[in-house]
Amino acid sequence: MNKPIRAVSIFCMFLFLALMANVTYVQFVKSSSYNKDPRNARVAEASYSRERGQIIVGDEPVATSKPVDDRYKYLRVYPEAGARMFAPVTGYLQLGSQTGIERSQNAVLTGEDPQLFVTRLVDLLKGETAQGGNVVLTLDAAAQKAAFEGLRDTLGPRGEGSVVAIQPKTGRILAMASYPSYDPNELATHDSAKASAAYKELDADDREPLLNRAIRTRLFPGSTFKLVTAAAAIENGKFHAGDQVPAGATYQPPGTSHKIGNDGRGQCSPAKISFATAMEWSCNTTFAQLAVDVGPEKMRAQAEAFGFNSDYLRDLQGQVQSVYPTGVDVPQSEGGGSRELSLAETAQTGIGQNTVQATPLQMAMVTAAIANQGTLMRPYLVDKVQTAGFNVLRTTEPEVFNEHAVSAQTAGELTQLLEATVDNGTASPAAIDGVKVAGKTGTAQRGDSLCSAGGKPPYAWFVSFAPAEDAEVAVAVMIEEAPDVACGEIAGGQLGGPIAKAVMEAVLKK
Amino acid sequence: MGFVHRRRRGAELFLLVLALIVGIGAYAAVGLGVDGEVPANLIAYGGWLTLLVVAAHVAVRLVAPYADPVLLPVVAALNGLGLAIIHRVDLAKDTGLASQQLTWMTLGVALFVGTLIALPDHRLLARFTYTSGLAALVLLILPMVPGLGTSINGAKIWISLGPFSFQPGEVAKLLLVVTFAGYLVVHRDALALAGRRVVFVDLPRGRDLGPILMMWVVSLGILVLQRDLGSSLLFFGLFLVMLYVATERPGWLVVGALLFFGGATAAYRLFGHVQSRVDIWLHPFADPDGNGYQLVQALYGFAWGGLVGRGLGEGMPQRVPYVESDFILAAIGEELGLTAVMAVLLLYGLVVERALRAALISRDGFGKLVATGLAAVFALQVFVVIGGVTRLIPLTGLTTPFLSYGGSSLVANWVIIAILLRISDQARRPLPDLAADDGGDPDEQSTQVVKVMPEWR
Repeated sequence: MNKPIRAVSIFCMFLFLALMANVTYVQFVKSSSYNKDPRNARVAEASYSRERGQIIVGDEPVATSKPVDDRYKYLRVYPEAGARMFAPVTGYLQLGSQTGIERSQNAVLTGEDPQLFVTRLVDLLKGETAQGGNVVLTLDAAAQKAAFEGLRDTLGPRGEGSVVAIQPKTGRILAMASYPSYDPNELATHDSAKASAAYKELDADDREPLLNRAIRTRLFPGSTFKLVTAAAAIENGKFHAGDQVPAGATYQPPGTSHKIGNDGRGQCSPAKISFATAMEWSCNTTFAQLAVDVGPEKMRAQAEAFGFNSDYLRDLQGQVQSVYPTGVDVPQSEGGGSRELSLAETAQTGIGQNTVQATPLQMAMVTAAIANQGTLMRPYLVDKVQTAGFNVLRTTEPEVFNEHAVSAQTAGELTQLLEATVDNGTASPAAIDGVKVAGKTGTAQRGDSLCSAGGKPPYAWFVSFAPAEDAEVAVAVMIEEAPDVACGEIAGGQLGGPIAKAVMEAVLKK
Repeated sequence: MGFVHRRRRGAELFLLVLALIVGIGAYAAVGLGVDGEVPANLIAYGGWLTLLVVAAHVAVRLVAPYADPVLLPVVAALNGLGLAIIHRVDLAKDTGLASQQLTWMTLGVALFVGTLIALPDHRLLARFTYTSGLAALVLLILPMVPGLGTSINGAKIWISLGPFSFQPGEVAKLLLVVTFAGYLVVHRDALALAGRRVVFVDLPRGRDLGPILMMWVVSLGILVLQRDLGSSLLFFGLFLVMLYVATERPGWLVVGALLFFGGATAAYRLFGHVQSRVDIWLHPFADPDGNGYQLVQALYGFAWGGLVGRGLGEGMPQRVPYVESDFILAAIGEELGLTAVMAVLLLYGLVVERALRAALISRDGFGKLVATGLAAVFALQVFVVIGGVTRLIPLTGLTTPFLSYGGSSLVANWVIIAILLRISDQARRPLPDLAADDGGDPDEQSTQVVKVMPEWR
C-alpha cells in the first residue's frame, strides 16, 4: 500500500502549496489594493484613530486633530471661526468617507504617502505612533474671508453663490468660497447618530450647502463670456481694441427670426460704436455679431484655449467641465448624429447663452489668463506638503496650462477694454482708489422671459483683476440665487462688483 | 529491516518547550498589545498550559516511547497559538471563550492520555469496525432528532444537552476512518481482484463494496440534509483516498473525481444555499455588506496584516463574524501577517507529513489505512477551511483543527493525534525476535488476525 500512500502525500503537498500560493496572493499581491478600497472600514478606522495632519492656510490650521478620550483617540476639528468659510475646500472627515482636500490629500494627512516614508520610519524607530503630514493651501485667509462674507452679506440668508480668486502669474487659488456652506465639525463628530443626522439634514437642504459651487456648478456665464468672444475677435484679426465695431438696437442673426436686443441700453443703438463702448455697456448686438463673424469653430477653439471642455483642477475631486458646445444633436427623425452650430446659435454663444456654461473657477481662469499676458496657469490649491514637524517635503511648482490662451498683444487690448468698463461702464462698482482695475459684469437670463415680464431672476456674474497693468489677483463672482434682492436689481455690477472689489482689496493690502 | 528507530523523547521535550514559548509568549503579547501590560493571570495560565503539555509528554514517554517526536509539539504549538488568538478576540468582544477553550483542551489532553493508555495497540480498533460505523451513523443522525439538534449558521450539525453543545461530525470522522480501514483491510484483495471490467474501470463485486458504499452514501446523505457542505466534502474525499490506498487502483480516483463533479453540479443546481456559497465565492464584493460581508472582512483583514501583520492586539479581528471559530486564520493573518499564516500552514503540513510517514512505515495494513485516513481527513479539513477563508474555494464551514474555538473539534483532534502516535509508536518500535516468523512483505499480514504485540506491558 506504500505506493498509493506516497501518491496521497504528493497530493496533500499540492493542497498545501495551493493554500500557500493563494494566501501569498491575498496578503502580498492584492494587499495594497484591498487596503486602498474605500469600503474597507478597517483602514478608514485606523487612519481615523491616528493623529491626522493639519490643513493650513497662512499660518493657521483650518483642520486639525484634537486628542479625545474615546475609541478613536483623535477628533478632527475645524476651528470654529473659519469652519464654514473653508468647508468647500477642506471638505470633512467622517468615518469611512472624506471629501475635499481631506480626500484628495488623504495619503499625506494619514501619513501613508511615500513622501512621508522617512518620517514614518523615524517615528517607528522612536516607538512613536506615526503622525500624518500637513497640507498647506494656497488660499489667502483675508481674501477667503472677504469672499465668503461678501456672499453672505450681499445675498442674504437664502442666497446662493460662489467666488473664486486666482493669482494670475502662478495659478494659485487665493479664494474659493461657496455659499451657503456648512459646519464640517457637525459631520466629523464621533457620535455617529449625530453625524448621520447632520448629513441627512444638509443633504436634504434645497440650497445644497454641501455643494462646492466654485467647481461643481456651471451656469450660463452671460456677458462675462464676452471676454472670450472679444478675445476670439481680436486674436483672429477681425478687430482691434481701438476699432469701431458693429452694434445696433437689435441684431437678427442669419437664418432666424429671433432678434437679439440690448436690455434697453441706448449706448449700443448706433450701427457702429467703439469697441470700448461696446464692452463698457456690454452690447449684446455687438458681441453676437462678433461671434458670427469669427464662426463657431474659432469661437470654440478660443473657449477651449481658456480651459472650456477640459479638466484642469487636480487638487479637488469632482470638478465639472465648463462647456462650449461641440455640436448640436440632430434628432433621430432627421437622421441623427451631430452638426456644427448654426450662425444663429453661434450668435447666442457670443453673449454666453445657448448651451455655453461655465463654473466660477472657469471664469476666474479666463480673467486670470487675460491678466497674465495671455498665459493660462493651471489652478492649484496645495501649496506645500510638510511633515508633522513642519519640515517642507514638497512645494508645488506653478504649471503652465496654456502658454498662449491669447497672445500678449490681445491680452493687452482686452485689458484696455476692461479697464474702460470699470472706469466708464457697468463694472464701476469694482473701482478701487489708486489702483487700476479691469472688470466685466454679466447678467445671464434664465429661461425666455425677463424679470419685468415675470420671469425667473437672472444669474449675476462679475469678473475682474487688479492692478490692471501687473495683476496680482483675478476674481470671478457668481450669484445663483438672491431671493432677498428684487428681481430687477439682480445684475452683475451691483451685486458682484462690491464682492470682487473686497476680495481684490484683501489681496492687494498685503 | 536493519534500521532501528530511536525513541527521540528528549527531542520531543525540547520541541515542546519551543511550543510552550509560542503559546505562552503569544498570550503575553496579546495582553501587551491590547492593555499595555502582561496579563495578570499569565503565571497561572502558563503553568496550566505547561502542566498539560508535560502530562501529555510523560504519558507518551511511558506508554508510547517510540512514538513520533514531532507530532505532539506541533499540535501543542497550534493549540497554544489558538488559545492566545481566542483570548485576543475575547478582549475585543468582551467574551470569555479562551478559558472555556482551555477547559476543552484539558479534556482533550486527558482523552489523549486515556487513549494512549487504553489502546496499547492500534489494531485493537479493528475489532470495532462495525460498532464504530454504527456509532458514526447514530452520531450523524442525532442532530436531526427534534429537541436535540440545534441549527447554527444554517447548518443543523449540533446537538445540545443542557449547557453543553456538541458537534457529532467531528467524532464521526474518526469513527468513519476506523470503519473504512477495518472493512477495507479485510476486503482489499477481493476489492482489488474480483470483479468485472466496465469500460476502463474494474468494478468490484457488489457484496465486497456494497456494505461500505451503503455506509458512505448514508453518511453523505445525512450531511447533505444537514447542509453541512464541508463535512460532506471531507467524508467523500476520505472515502476515496482510503479506497484508493486499499485497492491501489488509481481508477477509483478517476471515478471519484467524476462523481465529485457530477455531485457538485447537481448540488449547485438543486440547492439554493450551495448557489449562494458559490456566488459569494465568485463575487464577494458584489454585496460586501450583506452575504459577502464575512469573506470580504476576512480578506480585508488578511490584506491589512500584510507580510508581518499589525501586531497582536493592533488589528480589528472582531470585524469578521465568527472569527474565533471558522475564521480564526483571518485573525492570525491580520495581526501576525503572512509570515505566521505560512508558519501555521507548515505546522499543519508537518502533521499530515508525520501521519503519512507513520502510515508508510507501519507494519500492518490496518495501521497504514487508519494513519492515511487520518492524515487525509486532516489535510482535507485544513484545505477546505483555509481555502474557504482565503477565497481559494467556496466557503463551506469547518473548524480549523486545534486553532478554532470549539470543544468537540479540539477533543476529537487530540484523540486523533493519540491514535497517530500509537500507530507511529508501533511502527518505529524495534521488531521483537518473533517477528522473524512473520516474514516477508508486511502487507501480507493485513488479513491476519489481530495480534497484540507482546512487548508492551
